[in-house]
Amino acid sequence: MRPVPLPVAYMPLVDAAPLIIAQEMGFAEAEGIALDLVAAPSWSSVRDMLAFGRVDAAHLLSPVPVAMAMGLGGVSTPVSAVSVLSVNGNVIGVGRALEQALRAQGFGFDFADARAAAAALAAVAEGPIVFGVPFPFSMHVELLRYWVEHTALAGCGIDIRTVPPPLMAQALAEGDVDAFCVGEPWGSVAVEQGAGALLLPGRAIWAFAPEKVLAVRTDWAETEPHLLGRLMRAVWKAGRWLSHPESRTTTAEILSRPDWLGVPAEVIDRALSARFIISGRAEQRQVAGFVGFHQGAASFPWRSQARWIGDRLALAQGLPRGAARDLGAAVFRSDLYRAHMAETDADLPGASEKLEGAIRHPTAIASQKGQLSLLQDAFFDGRIFDPSRID
Amino acid sequence: MTSKLTVVVVEEDRDRALAIVDALKDSCDCDLFVIGTTSGLARRIAAHAPDVVLIDVDNPTRDMLEELTLASGPLERPVAMFVSRAAGGLAQAAIEAGVSAYVVDGLKPERLLPVLEVTIARFRMFRQMRIELAETRRALEERKVIDRAKGLLMKAKGIDEDAAYALLRRTAMDQGRRVAEVAEALVTASGLLR
Repeated sequence: MRPVPLPVAYMPLVDAAPLIIAQEMGFAEAEGIALDLVAAPSWSSVRDMLAFGRVDAAHLLSPVPVAMAMGLGGVSTPVSAVSVLSVNGNVIGVGRALEQALRAQGFGFDFADARAAAAALAAVAEGPIVFGVPFPFSMHVELLRYWVEHTALAGCGIDIRTVPPPLMAQALAEGDVDAFCVGEPWGSVAVEQGAGALLLPGRAIWAFAPEKVLAVRTDWAETEPHLLGRLMRAVWKAGRWLSHPESRTTTAEILSRPDWLGVPAEVIDRALSARFIISGRAEQRQVAGFVGFHQGAASFPWRSQARWIGDRLALAQGLPRGAARDLGAAVFRSDLYRAHMAETDADLPGASEKLEGAIRHPTAIASQKGQLSLLQDAFFDGRIFDPSRID
Repeated sequence: MTSKLTVVVVEEDRDRALAIVDALKDSCDCDLFVIGTTSGLARRIAAHAPDVVLIDVDNPTRDMLEELTLASGPLERPVAMFVSRAAGGLAQAAIEAGVSAYVVDGLKPERLLPVLEVTIARFRMFRQMRIELAETRRALEERKVIDRAKGLLMKAKGIDEDAAYALLRRTAMDQGRRVAEVAEALVTASGLLR
């Protein structure tokens, strides 16, 4: 039987890997579908293609469906996040001027300690630091805001501006931005171009942040449950394959092709191997769990993660927090995940919400098969987000 | 609400920008501004306080405009993307033509309509030209490959040009492939064997 073609929009990033691998390594074909992957020039374009039916599914920034449900950003077609494609995977970096100022202060660029990095930045800042991010509704923005709020940076403040990652080096050179938060490979590309140095991996701020989601139109999820199930299972199997260390080299080779990312495999491998070159001085840093596709139920769309996103968006926009949390929770479809993953060997957690930030060490939890353990999900400041309480 | 509309067109290609401006000038009463460079885009747009912003869907700097949709943006009045509120057919047509528009919230649809219709028509034309150019290029490439494949066959089998082309075409028909594909396979294979 011919596989059913399924158009899916994505941005050419390392964390689009579950979709690219699902197609390239035959996981889609095994489910009887053929992913027609459409590379988009911008996140707004991904969102519009999904909303207006040009594609049936999309690789989307996790806060976008929540923002859409809250009526932020124009387009409000109901969209569901049916699984998490990746956790973590962002880097925060600084331009040359800040890099030099930090070095002059004796800062060691440990690429690990969020509090120390903030204190060092605050000490050299001469006013609000301007950060470039890919999109106004993104984990990049949320991580930056959370980090600034709870560190010495709160004193000098920051400005956040949207800059498409391919133009980030130019924006740094022209002084439009002083620093940036982007997804790989763009941080490493900036280092390669001599535009700046990497300061922190995103996970130094939140150790288990849902980064990209697999999003579909809510009405499509209802009218095409079989196609959706096949898509979700193909992507889940691709994520599991990606989590094997021996898949790494193949993954970097595939992603590096001009059809996909068109970036040298060696640069892509930095995110996959979590071994970074953080500056023009070839300083190397290692980060455990830089980006995750599978381990610790990474693809499970926790309603509490969406409540956190809704809460943060509401705080930033001055909207009612309780309502925003509920809108978020309704968008992350753990119900659909359970329904469609039942026929795989995925072990499903017993609950759909957790205290975000409470896990300090890998912890076994109640699950259907009793083999699931969750990975560390702490915030850098040790706070815990209780999805059922607003303080 | 009889004041002129202020329209900003974001377009790096000078010729395209001029074509859009000319078309809009003829059909509606509006003040037009073109922004070509991308640095500080959101700020530059806000400086004009436009009623409508038009930008190519394929332009990656479009994400910068999303900032304007936040109430706290520099424009200090909400901007919404028309597509979510305008009549469905028009939104679809715009997306297909490759134009995205951002308009000030509350702008009456009848004032927006002529601007959009003209822009959509222009973008359709651009898109058509782009497709035709790509097709011409591809046809040229294919011609080159077919010529090389013919040359290889003529040399290897000692046949003339017409016979070589007939052989290519017959093989293509037998295999249910295009002549250009068969030619390309032959050229690749002969490169490997050399």
